[in-house]
Amino acid sequence: MTVRIGVVVFPGSNCDRDTVHALVQAGAEPVELWHEEASLGGVAAVVLPGGFAYGDYLRAGVIARFSPVMRSVAQFAADGGLVLGICNGFQVLAEAGLVPGALLRNRDVRFLGREVSISAERLDTPFTHALDGAGPLRMPIAHGEGCYFADAATLDALEADGGVLFRYVDEAGNRAAEDDRAANPNGSLRAIAGVINAVGNVAGLMPHPERASEAILGSDDGAGIVRSLVESAAKAVGERRVTVALR
Amino acid sequence: MTVAERSVDLLHRRLGVTDEELGAIRDRLGGRDPNDLELAMFSVMWSEHCSYKSSKPLLKTLPTAGDGVVAGPGENAGVISIGDGQAVAFKIESHNHPSAVEPYQGAATGVGGILRDIFTMGARPIAVLDALRFGDPGDARTRHLIDGVVRGVGGYGNCVGVPTVGGELVFDPTYTGNPLVNVMAIGLLEERQLTLAAAPGPGNLVVLFGSTTGRDGIGGASVLASATFGDSDPSKRPSVQVGDPFAEKLLIEASLELIERGLVEGLQDLGAGGITCATSETADRAGTGIVVDLDAIPRREPDMEPFEVMISESQERMCAAVLPDRWEAVRDVCVRWGLPVAVIGRVTDDGDITVVEGGLDDDGRARAGAREIARMPAAALTSDAIIHERLATAPQHRRAAPAPGAPIDPSDRLPERGMDPGAVLLGLLGTANLSSRRAVFEQYDSTVGADTVAGPGRGAAVLRVKNTTKALVASTDGNQAVGALDPYLGAALSVAEATRNVAITGARPLGVTNCLNYGDPTRPEAFWQLSEGVRGLGDACRVLGLPVTGGNVSLYNESPDGPIAPTPVIGVVGLLEDIGRLVGPAFVTEGDPILLVGESTPGMSGSAYAALAGAAVEDGPPALDLAREVALQAFIREAISRELVASAQDVSGGGLAVALAEGAMWSGLGAQVRVPVATSPAVELFGESPSRLVLTARPRFAPALMLLALQHGLPIEELGVVGGDRLVIELIGAGATGASEERGSRIADALEVPIADLRHAWDHGLARALGWEG
Repeated sequence: MTVRIGVVVFPGSNCDRDTVHALVQAGAEPVELWHEEASLGGVAAVVLPGGFAYGDYLRAGVIARFSPVMRSVAQFAADGGLVLGICNGFQVLAEAGLVPGALLRNRDVRFLGREVSISAERLDTPFTHALDGAGPLRMPIAHGEGCYFADAATLDALEADGGVLFRYVDEAGNRAAEDDRAANPNGSLRAIAGVINAVGNVAGLMPHPERASEAILGSDDGAGIVRSLVESAAKAVGERRVTVALR
Repeated sequence: MTVAERSVDLLHRRLGVTDEELGAIRDRLGGRDPNDLELAMFSVMWSEHCSYKSSKPLLKTLPTAGDGVVAGPGENAGVISIGDGQAVAFKIESHNHPSAVEPYQGAATGVGGILRDIFTMGARPIAVLDALRFGDPGDARTRHLIDGVVRGVGGYGNCVGVPTVGGELVFDPTYTGNPLVNVMAIGLLEERQLTLAAAPGPGNLVVLFGSTTGRDGIGGASVLASATFGDSDPSKRPSVQVGDPFAEKLLIEASLELIERGLVEGLQDLGAGGITCATSETADRAGTGIVVDLDAIPRREPDMEPFEVMISESQERMCAAVLPDRWEAVRDVCVRWGLPVAVIGRVTDDGDITVVEGGLDDDGRARAGAREIARMPAAALTSDAIIHERLATAPQHRRAAPAPGAPIDPSDRLPERGMDPGAVLLGLLGTANLSSRRAVFEQYDSTVGADTVAGPGRGAAVLRVKNTTKALVASTDGNQAVGALDPYLGAALSVAEATRNVAITGARPLGVTNCLNYGDPTRPEAFWQLSEGVRGLGDACRVLGLPVTGGNVSLYNESPDGPIAPTPVIGVVGLLEDIGRLVGPAFVTEGDPILLVGESTPGMSGSAYAALAGAAVEDGPPALDLAREVALQAFIREAISRELVASAQDVSGGGLAVALAEGAMWSGLGAQVRVPVATSPAVELFGESPSRLVLTARPRFAPALMLLALQHGLPIEELGVVGGDRLVIELIGAGATGASEERGSRIADALEVPIADLRHAWDHGLARALGWEG
């Protein structure tokens, strides 16, 4: 049986269809979750897709966090459910406090759409375990507010606890310097491209794995991330079933 | 003349309606004068922008029939079948004047407007290409304009989630006072969901949904788009519309849902002319009338005058004809997407556009005490609008194109003039026009949608069609430099180049959309340029066998600096049946032979070389042989379908040397070639004579490729081989400087440039020209 994975649709989401497509390619059954609905429909995992939720007029993700669906997503996450935020979805997760840090305006204040390379800092998470290796993984970024920021203490704690999930790297695969405009174009602190929460069930990243999941699109390096999520979600369903049976 | 008559007289002129046109309006109203509201509605609908009153007689000469054409000119966008029940919708449109006044909003609403034309047809927008033209990049005003336009295109396109995958960015002093912002959009639809902009069925409800109606964009079509500019015109700023991409995104989803569920009988977006245009065009197309319930229109602000409501160009609005029993379902869809929605009128059978103040009853009749404040035939506003037969006069001092083979200016023998061809090549690659567009394109989201196979910056854009083996290939091209010398040739060359750019990927061009940017049509010389341009466009499309499925005419592109050079911008969409056979412009494998198809002819006028060298090249623009172009495109498509080709690039801006440099830079593979020089080194290296290709192939396929070219009647020669870390071009033959020795001997004026140097010049040229980097 294919695993059902929810894709939240906010007004202004614009990567929801791409995410649905990538999930189908990875063998999952995507379920669209409307922002006004509190029910998650029993999905095994939730993806918050990219876009401009509610127009992002005030600040990226700041309105979306108050939507009915996000209250349910927060509860789902608290119960150990798998949640992945991509681009705007990452911004929403950060605004909702489900992952640490914040996404600020890009260093040069302009929107940036280009291909970057990232490396997976951990391969033991539900979002990265199916990757062939740490990378470098090539995939696009497309955002105006993607500069990862947190205070030094938070960053140190993140590093110590394995909270850094992805980092921007240069062509040789080495961690990008903060001031490397080519490799770390949005100016993210410590070149952080994605993070994972302490429990290990909620993650967000600015690059778009769903746009780099087929060779015809120039890179299928993102497919491993999507596949990781799908496999982890299937496993979670299995475990939950076992738990229920044991009770 | 009575006082009342005099006031009408003043008002109509103030609204841009001539005395002759006022007379024509009276004729259509049975001899009576229009009241002020009616006059305002006529003034918008009879503007050049809405009525095509100057260009219509010319546009009728364009070929519109072709394989698979589902919808052609007159609809919001052209639609052509791509097989398996799917079709592509595409159109290009200008937003030149708003962008000159307020670049960010002008460009943003340009994107919004063309996207609405696409999804109005039932197609999901999948790509935007923007063709931008500005004056000198060193000029402060140009920099202000380009900054705003680029942010506007990105700000809107990025948010609505439609990738910006291509287009052009051209600098020419001719655009200093009047930039061109032309935007092309492409959509994909299931043919059965094709929706037309008509309001059929008397008794049906007229439903307005999307944003509320405000005072923005009053007179956008008439005041802004249909008049030339004064020195600085802040007074026109309120005529610029203001865009809200978030509202547009909601509008896209709501409209496509309404169409998919079969809830609307017809759909029209509100652009120029606002409610007046949407109601009159849909009624006229369906042979019906519409009565508008003025009070039912949701407003953004109180105390709006009836004329303001009727001609407001507030953005992000749609108008649908809906069966009464489907109203609730329509309302629910709009409410779910958070969009204001209202029944604002009824379809009638009287053929009139009627505006009622005071409300309609449930049967669509004016309520007791309500007032009819305007009534005029829908046709009078649209299909029966006035048409002007303008005077076309060729300029007296017109430089004729040279006959093929005409002797070239001896001053053009570049090495003799002390110019190193390698330095010229680097100079060309670093010009604002030929260098990498990355500094601009990376401000756009080019990959949302997960369909982008080839994005902006390297030839035609390629988008895969999900769940098929197909891809759509698109390009825009214009050639103002040649157009300034010969408007017929400039237009024909633009068609040849745009279609060639599509064909060299292996795709079959499906159709053409065009944006005709010209000067004041009441000036006989400008109108001559327009008519010559349309003639060139039509001839080229006829010979290439392509339908023109729609487009847009932008006239009055003049500033105190003078009129722009004639600039027809051509948009082409093609279909690649098997994306596995896609061919790109970059070299692929070391050791592959490099072949040149076609032959160079004299004619350096209008070339990038001429602009860079500042040379007064008097040999005229290069000649175009359309039959040769047809053969070339047939050849390359066949060669690619037989999988004989590794890479293909056409010879265009900067000539053969730049085409070779691009193949090298984009692959990281060098090349070693020998170019025979029949006439002059400059012509061979940097000439832009059309209908030429640089191909590479696996060595074993070269003979078959050469045979195929000869079968198509095309000259082909092997120039050299891919490899190394530099581009080496040797000139041989009688025309090579210093080649007094026997033919074929190596000569002194060869060109040898490391790829790293080529790339450096190309990478930084644009950002430097714009002052974005030092």
